[in-house]
Amino acid sequence: MIRNTLPLGLVENPRLNQWIGFDEPGRVSIKTGKVELGQGILTALVQIAADELDVAPARISLMSGQTQATPREGFTAGSLSVENSGGSIRLVAAEVRAMLLGAAAARLGCADVDLTIFDGTFLRQGSPSGLDFWQLASSLDLARDATGSVPVKAAHLRRVIGASLPRVDLPAKILGGTDTFIHDLRPAGMLHARVIRQPWPGAEFVSNASQTVTAYAGVRVIRLRNFLAVVATDEHIAVLAAEKIAGQLTWSQGTPLKSESAAPRWMASQPMLDSISTRGTKPASLVDAKHFKRSYAKPFIAHASIGPSCALARFHSGKLHVWTHSQGVFPLRDSLAKALQLDVSAITVEHVQGAGCYGHNGADDAACDAAVLAREMPGETIRVQWSREDELASSPFGTAMVVTLQAAVSPNGYPLDWTTEIWGGPHAQRPGAGGGVNLLAADALPDPPPRPVPMEIPEAAGGSGARNAGLLYDVPHQTIINHIATAAAPRTSSMRGLGAFANVFAIESFIDELAVEAGVDPVRYRLAMTSDPRARAVMEQAVAMAAWGIEKVAGSGRGFAYSRYKNRAGYLALFVDVEVDAEVRLKRVWCAVDAGLVINPDGVRNQVEGGIIQAASWALKEQVQFAEGRVSTRTWDSYPILRFSEVPEIEIALMDRPREATLGVGEVAQGPMAAAIANAVADALGVRMRDLPMTREGLIAAVNAG
Amino acid sequence: MAEPVKLSINGTVLTIKAKAETPLLDVLRNELHLMASRFGCGVESCGACMVLVDGAPTYACTVAIDALAGKTITTLEGLGNAGRPHAVQQAFLELQAGQCGYCLSGIMISSKALLERNPKPSRSEIAAALDKHLCRCGAHARILRAVHRAAELLAEAGGRA
Repeated sequence: MIRNTLPLGLVENPRLNQWIGFDEPGRVSIKTGKVELGQGILTALVQIAADELDVAPARISLMSGQTQATPREGFTAGSLSVENSGGSIRLVAAEVRAMLLGAAAARLGCADVDLTIFDGTFLRQGSPSGLDFWQLASSLDLARDATGSVPVKAAHLRRVIGASLPRVDLPAKILGGTDTFIHDLRPAGMLHARVIRQPWPGAEFVSNASQTVTAYAGVRVIRLRNFLAVVATDEHIAVLAAEKIAGQLTWSQGTPLKSESAAPRWMASQPMLDSISTRGTKPASLVDAKHFKRSYAKPFIAHASIGPSCALARFHSGKLHVWTHSQGVFPLRDSLAKALQLDVSAITVEHVQGAGCYGHNGADDAACDAAVLAREMPGETIRVQWSREDELASSPFGTAMVVTLQAAVSPNGYPLDWTTEIWGGPHAQRPGAGGGVNLLAADALPDPPPRPVPMEIPEAAGGSGARNAGLLYDVPHQTIINHIATAAAPRTSSMRGLGAFANVFAIESFIDELAVEAGVDPVRYRLAMTSDPRARAVMEQAVAMAAWGIEKVAGSGRGFAYSRYKNRAGYLALFVDVEVDAEVRLKRVWCAVDAGLVINPDGVRNQVEGGIIQAASWALKEQVQFAEGRVSTRTWDSYPILRFSEVPEIEIALMDRPREATLGVGEVAQGPMAAAIANAVADALGVRMRDLPMTREGLIAAVNAG
Repeated sequence: MAEPVKLSINGTVLTIKAKAETPLLDVLRNELHLMASRFGCGVESCGACMVLVDGAPTYACTVAIDALAGKTITTLEGLGNAGRPHAVQQAFLELQAGQCGYCLSGIMISSKALLERNPKPSRSEIAAALDKHLCRCGAHARILRAVHRAAELLAEAGGRA
């Protein structure tokens, strides 16, 4: 059952009118602090509001991510938007619907039960009553706090929730709209800016006669300590001027990136913040146990958004207005206030859609770039567009990680005691984390504000480096040791799945290795250690889809993996078929997902398909590298991602759970897909790939290592 | 300032007064406010800016405006619109083939060109035609299905891509 406990969004934004309004006749205004990242959240929220209110989805106007107008809901992250913002909107809509119904009954002198609602109009015993929401809304007190006490619709009454409503944002993107993306905004008089980025943290540029910045006519050069930018009316001129200046500069000081530090196993030699936790009871004796130990690694990976970061800003009469594709307009506003020493009340931050976003990428940095330049040029609207090179090299990375697993296994082959030991850089470094700022331009200014300190997100909030480090299998005792590098070489922060990607890759690979050792089919091995019926159900569903057990062809392999994101969100099990010659080629994927109550089935399928393909790209191809002190993977040639001809056919089944709470699935596929590929490669070749990415070179190395 | 360049964009003959070396993409977006063609890399390696020049898929991020005198340019806006979507657009909408949508315009342009020369492409032929395009969200599988569906729609209509 879905309980009416208040979701976080509603606790922090308790007033009904922070979420809903009826100002325009025939329209319902719904406000959310969450933002569209390409994941389809706006559509899901429209569905939730429409169903609970009994209005057509087309009547909903959704306002999203604006500091002056929408609820403060932190970051759009953690696969939590449907649960938190959706949960809040659902309770608010149910409550406001009940208030409207009560008001209509009072006006008509009848009982609530005599009235039904059809698309915002009241029917009295099936006939038009002459009343609608908009006639009554002004009589309601929407400035009061939500109680959250009005029951939401029962499963059998839902009409819009659970339907695959087409995405509200896609028509403009397919049919050619204007102002679709932040990149498209062209306010009158806007100026084009390009920033010349520091090549490594703390770099200072050497300024002497030979390095005098010379620019093109009509280009304004702005320098604030190590923050350097050009501003021009013509975009192409700004690009050429920035390139010319960048070519003239030499940099010193700071901490150039060491080439060897790109290797994940370098991490373990660095200063660490250590923590240890245990679960369960240690078996009295492990005398008969066999011991296994394996180590897995993933490199630094880039968000590599297809549209480089962009932002606009205008500073006028002491007020700063910023347009951004940040995942968190409120935390960004707080950090901008610190970076620019402005009062928070003087700053408005407004979300405009960007290209696909999978975590803390360069969006916030670009916003700070634009804000710094706008303050230097009051009255002008400044547009900052990052280059492809900066998008790949200057956005925060997903950290490199090493995960070493040990198991003491019973004589019949199942783990009795288990240890997961993790080394990695910090994942939780978003603007505002731990009171730090983390904006590149701010770091380059005189008197930079403090950066976030490396930290672990508490386990109760899903963890970060140790996300999904805890086993989902019935193992009597486990120990988790987590080491967070306190001086990781490049800037790292949250990227889709955080530590779950490497942890699930490692655990689900190791489980397969242990199954082979035990001589048990890997799916049966997992099922034998799984008591959660929903976990068993997704595994069995995937088995039914893939017809596990069919005879395999030489050079081909099939791999399985299972996970539950954050050990508390969506469940996913999948099979991957591969062919391996010089490279790993993906053939087919069969995937079963339990997302609880699904708001939009096609939306869930789209997210999971995307997660599978992106995780395949991470697992097979991606690796950030350093040379000459800086990130050297700055182009699509040096940082390749999966292409159309490399994408497998994907079949997805959603478990039917309309009476369960919604479980986030935006990140659930990442770890299992990587593990399933490694397991399929092992099935095909008998060779175990423990270091990502599984490239041609990695394959050769693993074969040679035997 | 070079001579103004006369070319046809989406069926309208225009005279462009821009510096000779200005990339077509900048002219489309900054002068003509045709925003569907997008900046992704600036060096012909992602396909987000793809347009048709005399029917051939061409990277708008690098082609200079003065190389296009007398040419016929088609952008996504020229393929169709909300009232009259092109079969490719119709199929992408039908199959919800996209996540963030940033890469879609270039992909739809290449898809149109593919279907003109090969009205019934296989999955691998579609993939090969789209391999110069990058998508980071992982919408590939449904994009491949959408191009297949667009071929069906065109065959049903008996029309040209």
